[in-house]
Amino acid sequence: MVKFRLNGLEVQAEEGSTLLEAARFYGLEIPTLCYHEGLSPYGGCRLCVVEIGQGPKAKLVTSCTYPVEEGLHVRTDTRRAVASRKMMIELMLSTAPNSKVLQDLASKFGVTKQRFKVRNEECVLCGLCVRMCAEQMDGKAIGFQKRGYKRKISTPFDLKSAECRLCGGCIYVCPACQLRCQGPNADTDICNACLTMDPTCLDQYEELQCWMYDAGRCGTCVREKK
Amino acid sequence: MKHYRAHLLVCAGTGCVSSGSFKLKEALEKEIKTRKLEDEVLVITTGCNGFCERGPIVMVHPDGIFYQLLKPADVPLIVEEHLLKGRPVKKLMYVPPEDKTPIPKMKDIEFFKHQRLIVLRNRGRIDPEKIDEYIAFDGYEAMGKALSLMTSEEIIKEIDASGLRGRGGAGFPTGRKWDACRRVKGSPKYLICNGDEGDPGAFMDRSVLEADPHAVLEGMVIGAKAIGAAKGYIYIRHEYPLALQRMAIAIKQAREYGLLGKDILGTGFDFDAEIVEGAGAFVSGEETALMASVEGRVAMPRQRPPYPAQKGLWGKPTVINNVETWATVPNIIRRGSDWFAGLGTKTSKGTKIFSLVGKINNTGLVEVPMGISLRDVIYGIGGGIPQNREFKAVQIGGPSGGCIPAKLLDLPVDYESLTEAGAMMGSGGMIVMDDKTCMVDVAKYFMNFLRDESCGKCVSCREGTQRMWEILRDITEGKGTESGLRLLEELALACKDASMCGLGQTAANPVLSTLRYFRHEFEAHILDKRCPAGVCKSLIRYVVLPEKCTGCQACKKACPNDCIKGTLKDVHTIVQANCIKCGACQEACRFEAIEAQRDEAIQII
Repeated sequence: MVKFRLNGLEVQAEEGSTLLEAARFYGLEIPTLCYHEGLSPYGGCRLCVVEIGQGPKAKLVTSCTYPVEEGLHVRTDTRRAVASRKMMIELMLSTAPNSKVLQDLASKFGVTKQRFKVRNEECVLCGLCVRMCAEQMDGKAIGFQKRGYKRKISTPFDLKSAECRLCGGCIYVCPACQLRCQGPNADTDICNACLTMDPTCLDQYEELQCWMYDAGRCGTCVREKK
Repeated sequence: MKHYRAHLLVCAGTGCVSSGSFKLKEALEKEIKTRKLEDEVLVITTGCNGFCERGPIVMVHPDGIFYQLLKPADVPLIVEEHLLKGRPVKKLMYVPPEDKTPIPKMKDIEFFKHQRLIVLRNRGRIDPEKIDEYIAFDGYEAMGKALSLMTSEEIIKEIDASGLRGRGGAGFPTGRKWDACRRVKGSPKYLICNGDEGDPGAFMDRSVLEADPHAVLEGMVIGAKAIGAAKGYIYIRHEYPLALQRMAIAIKQAREYGLLGKDILGTGFDFDAEIVEGAGAFVSGEETALMASVEGRVAMPRQRPPYPAQKGLWGKPTVINNVETWATVPNIIRRGSDWFAGLGTKTSKGTKIFSLVGKINNTGLVEVPMGISLRDVIYGIGGGIPQNREFKAVQIGGPSGGCIPAKLLDLPVDYESLTEAGAMMGSGGMIVMDDKTCMVDVAKYFMNFLRDESCGKCVSCREGTQRMWEILRDITEGKGTESGLRLLEELALACKDASMCGLGQTAANPVLSTLRYFRHEFEAHILDKRCPAGVCKSLIRYVVLPEKCTGCQACKKACPNDCIKGTLKDVHTIVQANCIKCGACQEACRFEAIEAQRDEAIQII
């Protein structure tokens, strides 16, 4: 067991576990977005940042990827950490303003203003879908492309992936576009098209509209509302 | 061995090669042959001399005469006058801008005089493609010493005592890094040489690899002995073909001489090195991203710990150091840690190579002791700003470094002082800027680079750099607001705090350092809709000053859009509606009659 200080308390955790796991074990809430218990930690959304160390050398690290260390000082809700989380929420919300998950986070953390120009990209590149596909579905049908502001998630060469079995796992875990594949008549229900492998959009269109099938094109509900 | 009475050392660094040094070498050899001097004079290609501004460069050894800006047409003159008649050619020598007397010898030229060559000690004097020449200048002596006379602990102790810190940017003590890796149990262990130099305006690693590849190899063998590694990878970016080629030759020759491979020098120590060609992403220079790239994955940094010394390449203990660090190591082992620790400041020992670029008279590569003041580098070695313009700032440490203003010119150059001033050592790029540079524009330029080169994993870095760039772009276009400026600062701090790797953590530096020292320029853009330096196209318009215009028509000829009207000897006018604000007219005017003024039209909006 590794002993360390968590918000001033002397605590212990199993060696190899992460700060996030330890904090949650002790009932401390740390917000996460790109973290999923069934998937490998990624550290992309930066919401789970906590402050480690003391004095001028104190720094923020993502608790989902940082392993517990003997004697470490961890503070989960410092001014720095909270300010960073709020900024991350604002940044992500400006790219995917329709995400229910992000809206909930924003309201919880009191992010009430949107100061950036809204982009409506509906993807915050949290990588949950990529990891879901590779790690749980053994598919590797989708992955990251390019880097920097051009980064996106798609199938190889933006073509239909032979690896994709249309399992819908990616849509299931997505925090930004999970409601995207509602049928044209259902505004609130998840249509389960992906899970039943009988997508409702085929009632309306000749071809499947979900982006797994033809990368870049999104669900029917979005199109129908316009 | 054959003896020659003179050697012509032709610089074949990338700078000189692109200005034609290979053609020059051919011409020299041809001329020497026609004059039947081939038994007396030998032409040799060397690595970069650093004075790239003046290429192609030829040094005549043993006289030490320095010729610059040579063309193949100058060759007969040099051979006839210097080599046959023994009269050095004055008109091909370097002439300093302040007084007009040519300086014959390299060591007397201001640019070279203040330098202290350790890492670059072999530059311009050996042929990097010949191992014998490296050995002749004490090459592989340190390796022999380390392998046969020293234990791992002793090597690490020596490096630790020298105070050597990583030259790649962060400045982590090399001895401590090695020691950590040595103590970790696990096998095999790996070494990596980080030659993925990506900063705009920095080329010291390229120069070391091109001028002295064996020094890097020798350093790696010593490091391998210290930590117990048997395999090393030299990661060089694809954009450095000459460096790749010379390193490949160096490895081949070292293997042939038994200085790499099995049982090196009969000591029973095995080590081999291999080149890995990078694929050209800036972020590959980050150590964990680089290791991912060597493994064949996308260059994307990961969380540390575990540090590479614990779990590095393929999960094995790995030491990763920069080219310059590796090339420093043999010097320390050969000459001792006391000698090295005697150079530099209390916390930053030894020398550092800087690339001097931008608005500076002597562009090039310089190696100076740590702790030298910025003024000595810029005004002493660099020869000041062209046209005697005013120094405004120097951008140090690559895109994620910072801008240091004129009031801090006496700042000593070491790791701590630079970080305190809001810049960083980085790889050692120095971009000098004069009063015609707009600092908002500079911040925008670097942010544009970073938003492109961020790997895109962390929201803080990917979105942060993009949004910072957007705000900066708005400011340069006259659409900036005070709330935007506050948001920019807030965002910059969040980006610095919340990002995972060095790229994101320092990505805000261009914004933070320009805001720290040049806030008034940001405010001028936002409040007065005015660009004080006259750079931001949306905020300026070019006008002809009637009292200065002579009607020479130079601007009219230079204008690509035909929007300058006026006949010969009459005052010209610029038709604003058609002006694309390229600034060609201002450059063409010899009478300073064209001025960038604040665009009043913007003010009304």
